[in-house]
Amino acid sequence: MSLVRVALAGEGGQGVQSVAEIMAEAAYHEGKQAIYIPNFGLEQRGGVSIAFLQVSDRRIGAPKFNKADVVVALSQRAMIRTHIYSGANTIFVYDSSFEVKEGDIPAQHKMTLDIPAVEKSKELNTRVFNVIVMGAILELTEMIPVEAARSALEKKLGYKFEKNPELREMNFQAIEIGRNLVRNKLKGGEKVCASLM
Amino acid sequence: MTQPAMPKTWYVPSKPHKFCPGCGHPLILKALGEAVDELGIQNQTVYGCDIGCSLLSWNFFAIDSTQTHHGRTTPVMVGMKRARPELICVGYMGDGGGYSIGSQHLVNSAIRNEKITLILANNTNYAMTGGQLAPTTLPGQKTETTPFGRDPQLTGNPTMGPEMISTITGDGAYVARGTVAKYRQLKGFIKKALQNQMEGNGFSFVEALSTCPTNWRTNAKQTWDWLEDKMGSFYPVGELKSPFRKED
Amino acid sequence: MEKPVTGTRKVFMTGNETVAWAALAAEADIMFGYPITPQNEIMHYWTRLGAKYERGFLQTEDEISAGFTVCGAIIAGKKAFTATAGPGNTLMQEPFSMAEAMRLPTVAIIQQRGGPSSGTVIYSQQEVTLTTYGGNGEGHRIVYSTASHQEIYDYTIKAFNTAWKYRFPTFVLGDGYQAKMREPLEIYDPAEKNIEMIKPSPMVGLPGQIGIEREPQHLCNIYSMEEELYDVVLQMQAEYERIIPELVEYECRECDDAEILVISHGVVSRSTDDAVMALRSQGIKAGAFRPITLRPFPTQKLREILRSGVKKMLVAESAYGQLVRLLQQEVYGETVPIETLLMPGVGIIDADIISKVKSLVE
Repeated sequence: MSLVRVALAGEGGQGVQSVAEIMAEAAYHEGKQAIYIPNFGLEQRGGVSIAFLQVSDRRIGAPKFNKADVVVALSQRAMIRTHIYSGANTIFVYDSSFEVKEGDIPAQHKMTLDIPAVEKSKELNTRVFNVIVMGAILELTEMIPVEAARSALEKKLGYKFEKNPELREMNFQAIEIGRNLVRNKLKGGEKVCASLM
Repeated sequence: MTQPAMPKTWYVPSKPHKFCPGCGHPLILKALGEAVDELGIQNQTVYGCDIGCSLLSWNFFAIDSTQTHHGRTTPVMVGMKRARPELICVGYMGDGGGYSIGSQHLVNSAIRNEKITLILANNTNYAMTGGQLAPTTLPGQKTETTPFGRDPQLTGNPTMGPEMISTITGDGAYVARGTVAKYRQLKGFIKKALQNQMEGNGFSFVEALSTCPTNWRTNAKQTWDWLEDKMGSFYPVGELKSPFRKED
Repeated sequence: MEKPVTGTRKVFMTGNETVAWAALAAEADIMFGYPITPQNEIMHYWTRLGAKYERGFLQTEDEISAGFTVCGAIIAGKKAFTATAGPGNTLMQEPFSMAEAMRLPTVAIIQQRGGPSSGTVIYSQQEVTLTTYGGNGEGHRIVYSTASHQEIYDYTIKAFNTAWKYRFPTFVLGDGYQAKMREPLEIYDPAEKNIEMIKPSPMVGLPGQIGIEREPQHLCNIYSMEEELYDVVLQMQAEYERIIPELVEYECRECDDAEILVISHGVVSRSTDDAVMALRSQGIKAGAFRPITLRPFPTQKLREILRSGVKKMLVAESAYGQLVRLLQQEVYGETVPIETLLMPGVGIIDADIISKVKSLVE
């Protein structure tokens, strides 16, 4: 498996960093090389939160990258903020609920993909919006087996699941919903990420 | 759409500001802005800020401003005042910039009775770096570097800044502690601290008890309780030294 | 008392957390520190983990104090360390100078951020000059520049032994990216790898009745006459030179027949390795040279490589010439032209190096 680069961005509180960290941990437990680094600056709050995730079988070079293979923008503001990470080979993902104006989609991209994650999260629970997005990323990149992601999620949130087992069900369901959203959008069900392999 | 009422000396292009929701800094800075407005000293005032969350105010005012280094706002304002005594030099810092790394400058400037005005936001932690111990952290308070609660046996008791300053400054100094929980009173103290410099009396210092729900990890009610009850009972609010008559 | 790290185990953590674990494994007794981004978490982990193993900690009033309290603890005979970055590093030059003068085995982890002044809180390689030669002395220091979390762990442990064996201030030079990123590594009990941790010894508070069983210790870092200082500095230099062969570390990749040699250190060397592999697969004879010890610099090895057919060298760093100056002084006289890829405060990826090398060979 060659290098997969994902840039995930959203508003603080949307769980961007949590989800990137879970995927990184999952990759690591699968014996892969993984680097996850958050953006960090001066302000403690506010500003777009960006997570840079790389997964590979070989040792990974630089912790950040110029262009991602997949960019996922979880908020309107994040769309513009992530333009610089979108290149000719990038799949640019955003939510179907955004009012996309002129200039919101980056000029350079291989393909855009809008998924109704916000809508789906309202049906299930808005708190698992980021987990739905994680499911979508897993389906799109196939960089980690879903089972590994479920394990990593369990490790991180296990203590909450113990108190409220319904949460476990909900989170695992969210992953599946996210995966389906991507499957439904791909023409003929073929994996877009074949070129990443 | 009507703009919210902002002091004239607030710099509109830098709004909305970057402070966290629930932060006390914007309240202190509003009091300062209104005081500058009311005293009519926008053009002669120079504003300096420190490192930490105070640095987010570097372009907050429609006033000539400079960001400095951590703890070095005090000596920078001293240098400015010594070079150009007609300027009204206002330094803004946090509890670390004033009582920790900046303490030697604060103490020496106070002893020399430097004719500057310093405003210090006390929110009992080092906020921008992620919530570490501050000189003003309360006993038992958990921070990132006192994860088991501040133990005065190990790290001393909280710094009583205005109390210390008021004993070492000379005649003509103005020293007070206010709180964002009592906005009008705080503004009154800040205004006097500026007037004190305008009259050339001496060192002027106002500590303002402030909030940090982000690092305190408190909701709105808990934040206010901490500020009013815990901090309020530990740090007495009022004027400690003033060359003005009581009626002023 | 139970050891903090037993056996060997794989973990996935940030660079800062790695430092805390390594210092624990190295039997460090006490840490003094002051908050500054991006190294704060070293303190956060140390205060929590250290409590379990009776290790000490004090958050001092500033970095000058953090450096001097480290000196004090060492003089008293305990393994002390600190960590800092940027403006904190500039402040610590005063205590580090005292450590140089008095041969104190200080250990400091530096997580470089943008400079000068407050710069950025994020990343750079702009503290090379400061960390290698920052005091008011001759830079008798040992500086390890790490490129991975495994190295952060390995070299933090090594730093304690290097410092206490040779008694020169020793530094682990990292950066904000390494500090904040998560990647896999193996943490281990040094004993598992047959690494014996040197026990500290005091310079004051020694046992025995003064005047009868021993003389009082009189330590100083000032001299009355120029000639006294001259002798002291020359002696320090002689000792430093003597141990260079034991200390020097570097990595060479595809250097043997390299025509263009890319020189970088720290995290940038990861990108250089990837770049060199890609260039070679395209038929370009690129090689990568990475100094691991910036002080003492692996001069001899670099000169050897430069004399074996290298036509150009390219220095790539996230600073504006600090590594360039460091190696220029070391390879003076060599005739290989120096090209540069200088990106102060900004990360360098393999594509940056590949395109620069191609522009130089075509």
